[in-house]
Amino acid sequence: MSLAMQRRRATAGRVWKQFRGSRQGMIGLSVLAIFIMMALAAPLLADVRELSPVYARAAGNPQWAPPGEFPPLGTDFIRRSVWAQFVWGSRVSLFVGLAATVLTILIGSIVGILSGFVGGRTDAILMRVTEWFLVIPFLPLAIVLASILGRSVWNIIFVIGITSWPSTARLVRAQVLTVKQRLFVDRARSLGGGGTHIVGHHILPNVSGLILANATLAVPISILTETTLSFLGLGDPTAASWGKMLEEAFVNGAMTRNAWWYFMPPGLGILAVVLAFTLIGRTLEEIANPRLGGR
Amino acid sequence: MSGSDRLTSEHARRRGRRRLILRKVLGSILTLIFVLVFNFFLFRVVQTDPIGSLFRGRNVPAETLENLRTAFGLDKPIGTQFLFYLKETAQLNLGISYQTRQSVWDEIVVAIPPTVALVGVSAVLSAVIGTLGGVIAAWRRNTWKDQSITSGTMVFYSMPDFWLGMIMLVLFGVVLGWFPVGGMTDAGSNETGLALLLDELYHMFLPALTLTLAYLGEYTLVTRSSLLDVMGEDYLTVARAKGLRDVVVRNRHAVPNALLPVVTLTAINFGFVLSGAIAVETVFSWPGLGKATADAIRGPDLPMLQGLFLLFSAAVIFFNLIADITYSWLDPRVEEI
Repeated sequence: MSLAMQRRRATAGRVWKQFRGSRQGMIGLSVLAIFIMMALAAPLLADVRELSPVYARAAGNPQWAPPGEFPPLGTDFIRRSVWAQFVWGSRVSLFVGLAATVLTILIGSIVGILSGFVGGRTDAILMRVTEWFLVIPFLPLAIVLASILGRSVWNIIFVIGITSWPSTARLVRAQVLTVKQRLFVDRARSLGGGGTHIVGHHILPNVSGLILANATLAVPISILTETTLSFLGLGDPTAASWGKMLEEAFVNGAMTRNAWWYFMPPGLGILAVVLAFTLIGRTLEEIANPRLGGR
Repeated sequence: MSGSDRLTSEHARRRGRRRLILRKVLGSILTLIFVLVFNFFLFRVVQTDPIGSLFRGRNVPAETLENLRTAFGLDKPIGTQFLFYLKETAQLNLGISYQTRQSVWDEIVVAIPPTVALVGVSAVLSAVIGTLGGVIAAWRRNTWKDQSITSGTMVFYSMPDFWLGMIMLVLFGVVLGWFPVGGMTDAGSNETGLALLLDELYHMFLPALTLTLAYLGEYTLVTRSSLLDVMGEDYLTVARAKGLRDVVVRNRHAVPNALLPVVTLTAINFGFVLSGAIAVETVFSWPGLGKATADAIRGPDLPMLQGLFLLFSAAVIFFNLIADITYSWLDPRVEEI
């Protein structure tokens, strides 16, 4: 057991060394680190009360003020500081993106491992269901579910998780099928290892790299889906994400006023975070599959 | 191999393909049935009393409501209701919109042409330009051309499409005033014929540009990666050894073999033509299915959402079937997909 632990630690060290050698990977990681620190340090960067229109009015903020008049990012249609909304919105966007991805990967991995490892009729049924979910258009399904469930952060997470797991399930299943053929699985089985033991000690460690790379690439999809759902009016009114900011900017006429300071920051934030995750994910993929090098 | 043998094997292959297509068609029908069942129960979960919500806030006698419930079969057991729903759906009777009190199908039908025009044009443009970009990037791998194409498409790919639309709208519509800021025609104009068409194209420019830029990236990345796979193949070395010019090697030998995944991607994306521009249509107030969806969300107009969802799903299922069949024609090796 300790030998296995040592080997795993060595692998992790090797992956990190390769990752550090990749310029795109390190750029992605640095950008992501900045935004995660911003989300964690939100109370230090902006007073949470500034999100309230009542507070903004009492503080005597101007309306629709450009950044020059009200640094650093100006104010919106109800006098709130855009900077405060941007800082606190990063928390919601990152949290929803990460939590939805965890759910996606969890469902996808369970279905994929069950399907690939158990095989037979279980596999046939699970793959049929997966195919169904792959065919149903993803965004309309998410919209329908979110409309029915109501507007809350947790519902958005649930909706994204329940609509985006199928591709993960397929990928994990394929990997499990190849790992299952390997000799060490036969060995474990002939030594009397049960299904749970084999999955836990042999299958899972060998598919976890793939799952991690897939998870990194799934975060952008989760964040972009949250943004679109929020923009369409399905976001949580009590916890405004960057997508919700864009919705409020659009609905309240920021476009015709050319209030760029209102709709540019949230969009740039989404772009930076999504790009960061994409760069990290591609680097991890290249490390896991060297044949892809230089793509 | 004698002539009759070849005939038999050709016959067998054709029969095999026919069987494959038949299986795909049956699979698609099964999926459609699944969508119908799903759609029925999904909306039944929240809508325990559709008649009540239809007339919410209006003074309608209880007796009338009761009669309507009987008329719509809502007092029957769930199985009977499902059969009733199937019958009504088959007749395109998708219910009545809460917002406009019109038939959902009539509302949907008028929104189809604008969406097909806008997203159709963008889908074709992005497929063509994106594929060309991918070919250039792969062929000039790791040069500045490759790096600028790849990073440029990744940036467009990483932003919310509607946000790109917002920037386009403010920049070219509001600030520069080159293009209209929304809608499909100028309000109050009564042009016809060519003038109307030109006006519509003028209004379509910005949303089409937005969608094209947003869709490009996927094609570029897929083409590039597929072409890079092919570029190591022996037959390219042979082609070069024959002394063929670089352009000929690329266009005659490499690209055709790398296009298969791109064809599949195109076919699948066409399935999403109807549902692909929900947020972008909203930004440009383009009167298509996407804007209808956004309006239905604000209601929420559940019958409208249900009808749109059914239509979107049917489109994807249909184009997936087309993609599978095309694939089996293009690549005879495909026996099992």
